[in-house]
Amino acid sequence: MKPTDPAITWLEEKPLGLTERLYLPLFIQGLTTTARHMVSPKVTVNYPDERPRVGNPLIYRGVHRLNRDPEGRVKCVACFLCATACPAHCIDIVATESPWPDREKYPESFQIDELRCIFCGMCEEACPVDAIELTSLLDLTGKSREEMIFDKEKLLSVFDMTKDAEPMKSAALGGTL
Amino acid sequence: MNAILPSPATLAALVKIGLLVGGLMTAAAYLVLLERWIAAWVQDRRGPNRVGIPLTKIRLFGLGQPLADGLKIILKEDFTPKHVDRILYNAAPLVILAASLAIFAAIPFGSVLPPLGIPGLPDPVPFLVAPGLDVGVLWVFALSSIAVYGVLLGGWASNNKYGFLGGLRSSAQLVAYEIPLGLGLLGVVLAAGSLKLDAIMNAQAESGVWYAFAQPLGFLVFMVASFAEAARLPFDLPEAEQELVGGYHTEYSGIKLLLFLVAEFLHMITAAFLIVIMFLGGWHLWGVTGSSQEVTWVGALARFAILSGKILAVIVFFMLVRWSWPRFRFDQLMNLAWKVMLPLGLANLVTVAAVEEFRPQLVSALGPVGAKWAAIGLPWLVFLVGWITAGILTPSGTDNTPIRTRDPLDIERDILHHDDRRRELAGTP
Repeated sequence: MKPTDPAITWLEEKPLGLTERLYLPLFIQGLTTTARHMVSPKVTVNYPDERPRVGNPLIYRGVHRLNRDPEGRVKCVACFLCATACPAHCIDIVATESPWPDREKYPESFQIDELRCIFCGMCEEACPVDAIELTSLLDLTGKSREEMIFDKEKLLSVFDMTKDAEPMKSAALGGTL
Repeated sequence: MNAILPSPATLAALVKIGLLVGGLMTAAAYLVLLERWIAAWVQDRRGPNRVGIPLTKIRLFGLGQPLADGLKIILKEDFTPKHVDRILYNAAPLVILAASLAIFAAIPFGSVLPPLGIPGLPDPVPFLVAPGLDVGVLWVFALSSIAVYGVLLGGWASNNKYGFLGGLRSSAQLVAYEIPLGLGLLGVVLAAGSLKLDAIMNAQAESGVWYAFAQPLGFLVFMVASFAEAARLPFDLPEAEQELVGGYHTEYSGIKLLLFLVAEFLHMITAAFLIVIMFLGGWHLWGVTGSSQEVTWVGALARFAILSGKILAVIVFFMLVRWSWPRFRFDQLMNLAWKVMLPLGLANLVTVAAVEEFRPQLVSALGPVGAKWAAIGLPWLVFLVGWITAGILTPSGTDNTPIRTRDPLDIERDILHHDDRRRELAGTP
C-alpha cells in the first residue's frame, strides 16, 4: 500500500494530558488491569484431568469416522470423491463390487493416514452419502506411524464409539447433506 | 572454657549465617516459582501446578517445581565457549553471587530475640549477622556496587557482542541510578540519625511514622531506583531478551547461569528488604508490635513474621509491575534518572534536612503534635509540587511521531527514480 493511498487516514497522536504526564495515574491503571487478570478465571484447561470444551461438536474437525447405515453396513459407496477432494492425499480407497443390491461399489479397504491429514473437512464436504465425517475427538495419539494409518475397521469403530454422543450430521442437525 | 570451641558469639553468628543463607537460597528458588505463577495468572494461565512430591502422584499445587528446575539446570552441560577470557569468565558468577550474599551480613531480618541467658553471649540477640557494624547502609551499598562487577566481568569476558552490550548498558544504568538511590537513602539516614539498618527500623517503630509517609518523594525515588538497581522490568535493559538474547549472561550455561539467576533474585530480595526496612517500618505494625527492645518469644516471632510478610508483599509488587509496564528505551531510562529522579531526590533531601534542622523551632511554635503533622505535611507538599512540576516539564517524554517534512509523493518519486537509475546502470556493460 502506498503512502498516498486514499484508504489511509493519517492520524496525529494526541498530546499527553496532565494525568498522563504525571505517570502515576496511568501506572495505577495498568497495575489494576494486571491485578484484575491475576484473580480472573483462567483460560487454560487442566488437561488431561479436565477435558477441553468443544464449542459445537457438529462443526468441530477432529478424528474421522466412517458411518454405518441402519443395517450396520458401511455407508460408503467408494465413489472416490473424498480422495479426490483431499488436498493432503491421505485417503486411500480400494473399491470392489458391492454384495448388496442398493449400490454398485463398496470399499474393500478404506485407509486414512491421520498423520498426513490436515483436518480441513473437505472429505466430509465432498461425500455424497454422508459416509465420512469428522468427529469432535481431538486428542489423537499413537506410538508409531503405522498405528496412525486408520483402516476401515478402525474408522467404523470410531463411529460405534461416537454415534451416541454425536449423531450423524443430517441437515436437520445443521450438517451438510 | 575449651579453647577449641568457638565463643558463643561466634557460634551465634554462624547459626545466623546458616539460617540466612539457607533461607535465602530456598526463598530464591521459591520466588522463581512465584514469579512463574504470577506471570501465568496475569496472562490468564494456570502456571506450574504439576510437580509435587517426587515419585508419587501428589501434586501440592506445583510446590515441587523449584526442585525440578534446580535439578534440571544443574545437570545441564556447563559449556565454556572457546573465545572467552577464562579467568574472568569463571570469576564473574562467583563475584556476583558472593557480593549479593554478603550484603545480608548487615541487613536485619527481624527484631531481637528475648534474653537467652547463655554466658558469653550479649543479650538480647538481634536478628542480624553482624550486629556491631555501625555502617550497615554503607556496607550494603558498597557490596551492591561490587555485584555490578559481576555483571561487567561476565559481559566483558564472554567476548560476545550481546554480552558486551548488556554489560555496558548495565554499568551505565547502575551508575545512573545509584545517585537517586543514595539520595533517597540519605533522607532516611538524616531523619533516623544512624547508618544502622536496625536503628532505622527502631526509629520508625518509636515514632510510629514510617518514612514512606514522612518522605513520600524519597520513597518514590528510592523505589524507582531500586527497581533499576535490581534490573527488574521496566528497567531490565541489561538483559532485554528481545534485543540482547540474554544480555551479559548470553554465553553462560549450566550452573554458572544458575548462579547469575540466583544473584538476580537475591538483588530483588535485597531491594525489597531495603524498601521495607527503610520506608515501610521494618518489623513495626501499629497496635501489633510494640516498639521496645524487650520482647517475648511470641513478640519476636511476630516481628519476624511481619517483616517477612511485608517483604513478600513488596516482591509480589515487583512481579506485578513486570507485567504492567513496558520496558523503557535506553534514552528514556537515562532521562528519567538524570533529569527527573536526581532533582526530585535532591528536593526530598533538602526538605528532610530543613525539617530536621528546624524541628525544635517547629515544636516550640506548634506544640509536639502540631510539629509532628507539620513535619509530615511539608514533605507531602514538596512531593506534590515536585511531581507535578516534573510531569509538566516532562523531560523524559519523547516525541515519537515520525517527522514528515516532505510530501510522501516526493519520497515515492525519489524511490522510483532511484530504481530506474539502478536499472540503467545495471543495463550498461
